Amino acid sequence: MENNTKISIQDMTKVFYKKNSSVTALDHISLNISEGEFVCLVGPSGCGKTTLLRILAGLETTSVGEYKITEGKENRPLQSMVFQERGVIPWLTVEENVAFGLKMRHLPSELIKERTSYYLEKVGLENFSTLYPKELSGGMKQRVSIARAFANDPEILLMDEPFAALDEQNKFILQEELLSIWEETKKTVLFITHSIDEALLLSDRILLMSSQPGRIIKEIKNDLPRPRNIEQIRSDHNTAGHFVDIWKHLQEEVQKSRK
Amino acid sequence: MRDDKMTKNHNPVEVEQQEWKKRQLKERMKQMLTIASPIFLLLLWEFLSQTNLLDARFFPPPSEIVSTFYSMAMSGELFNHIGISLYRIIAGFLLGVIPGVVIGLLMGLYSPIRHFISPIVMALMPIPTLALLPIIIILFGIGDFSKVVTIAGSVFFPVVINTTAGVINIDSIYLDVAKNYGASSKDFFVKIAFPGALPVMMEGIQMGQAIALLTIVAAEMMGATSGIGYLIWTSYKAFMLKEMFVGLILISFFGYLFSLLLRALQNKILSWR
Ligand SMILES: Nc1ncnc2c1ncn2[C@@H]1O[C@H](COP(=O)(O)OP(=O)(O)O)[C@@H](O)[C@H]1O
Ligand SMILES: [Mg+2]
Repeated sequence: MENNTKISIQDMTKVFYKKNSSVTALDHISLNISEGEFVCLVGPSGCGKTTLLRILAGLETTSVGEYKITEGKENRPLQSMVFQERGVIPWLTVEENVAFGLKMRHLPSELIKERTSYYLEKVGLENFSTLYPKELSGGMKQRVSIARAFANDPEILLMDEPFAALDEQNKFILQEELLSIWEETKKTVLFITHSIDEALLLSDRILLMSSQPGRIIKEIKNDLPRPRNIEQIRSDHNTAGHFVDIWKHLQEEVQKSRK
Repeated sequence: MRDDKMTKNHNPVEVEQQEWKKRQLKERMKQMLTIASPIFLLLLWEFLSQTNLLDARFFPPPSEIVSTFYSMAMSGELFNHIGISLYRIIAGFLLGVIPGVVIGLLMGLYSPIRHFISPIVMALMPIPTLALLPIIIILFGIGDFSKVVTIAGSVFFPVVINTTAGVINIDSIYLDVAKNYGASSKDFFVKIAFPGALPVMMEGIQMGQAIALLTIVAAEMMGATSGIGYLIWTSYKAFMLKEMFVGLILISFFGYLFSLLLRALQNKILSWR
């Protein structure tokens, strides 16, 4: 274990219990993520990825086991979640949405203004700041969601398939924007995706999960030098090997869960 | 297809411009219809009553009602009744809406409160507030305040029920966002629960406004010495039907005016939708 661990999870198990039935969503998950690392979590659907993220986001509790997010600078929130585009609040303007986390922390208004306009510009929405979300496209809403999380300046960022609802073109553009903001801030990121390409493009490390009950069964280090682009993912020999690895694994897990 | 146009006009912008003008015209036609319908009704009434197809003793022609309105307005007595009724409606409306919104928000947000209060609301709601008027008069006297309370009692229920439903139906992802970004209870109340519930809440307030007008007339008929309802009732008893119709038309006018005002307010504060 490295000494600059940012997120550490020990033997985390989560069971959803209802009358007469229980589902083990997570089964003894243990993992460590270092400061500044970009980790992608990949697994068949229903394997517990969202559950894991929601626990780290403080929206769900563990059944047994624990996790720790290492504190950093004073006054900095531990984590912020990049919600899917429908998590943009419709009765707040673009600007108010981006400022949401900062306002909830009651920071001085000049600081809020400064940070909000900085990230609005980063995601190219400076001219849309006074609009309501209903006037935005899906890609623009997703940018609002990203800007809101980065503006909050948390220790770690949590993302649950943020680009799943976007079309291919928008997805590429947003992936690049995300990488460029990330490279500037070097935040620790835990990112869920079902797209192998996306995982290979974004991550330093990929964790593969089993089908239900969710366990982490394999980890792949992704050493492709940055900055990266999608052509490299296709042409780089090593990366192509990883792609096949992950693809086979997912096939197996999906087969298993069907039986 | 547009065969005839193809021979006449080959400029696509002009063709679409023509189409656009036609659509505008249609829109204006619809607006005209909306304005025309009450006028049509009044003209029909005038005609039927003048030609004695309708008994003019029971349905005096609108032109005579208008002149009655003028003479009543001149004597000043009419404005007294209008002022008193408007005061009761507005005060009763506010006295019903404000607690309705606050209690509705609390019921929506905190399920123990909801489970405790909703049986009480459900049990009281079916009782017409007017049926409670004798008790209200015993408690609050025959004065203005008993009318205000009667209206408030009728307005409260649709508002509290819609506000609760409005909060409960807020998409849970916004609750997650607020929680994840560390919203305090107060911020949650102001930034999420209230605006999120507002669309459904406003429907309840619209309903409350309509009920307030229904209630005022009946309440003033039963126990009052002034107001539009009193005017209607005493005119009826004295067989002064023109005066009675002045009262009825005033109620109809204010009902229409209030719902227009509320609709405009709604469009303004819900512009994000
Ligand atoms: N609130 C809940 N109540 C009951 N079961 C749940 C709940 N949330 C998730 N689950 C179950 O836990 C399992 C994992 O779900 P989830 O974490 O959403 O998977 P993934 O994001 O990998 O697709 C699924 O079987 C799902 O049905
Ligand atoms: Mg999921």
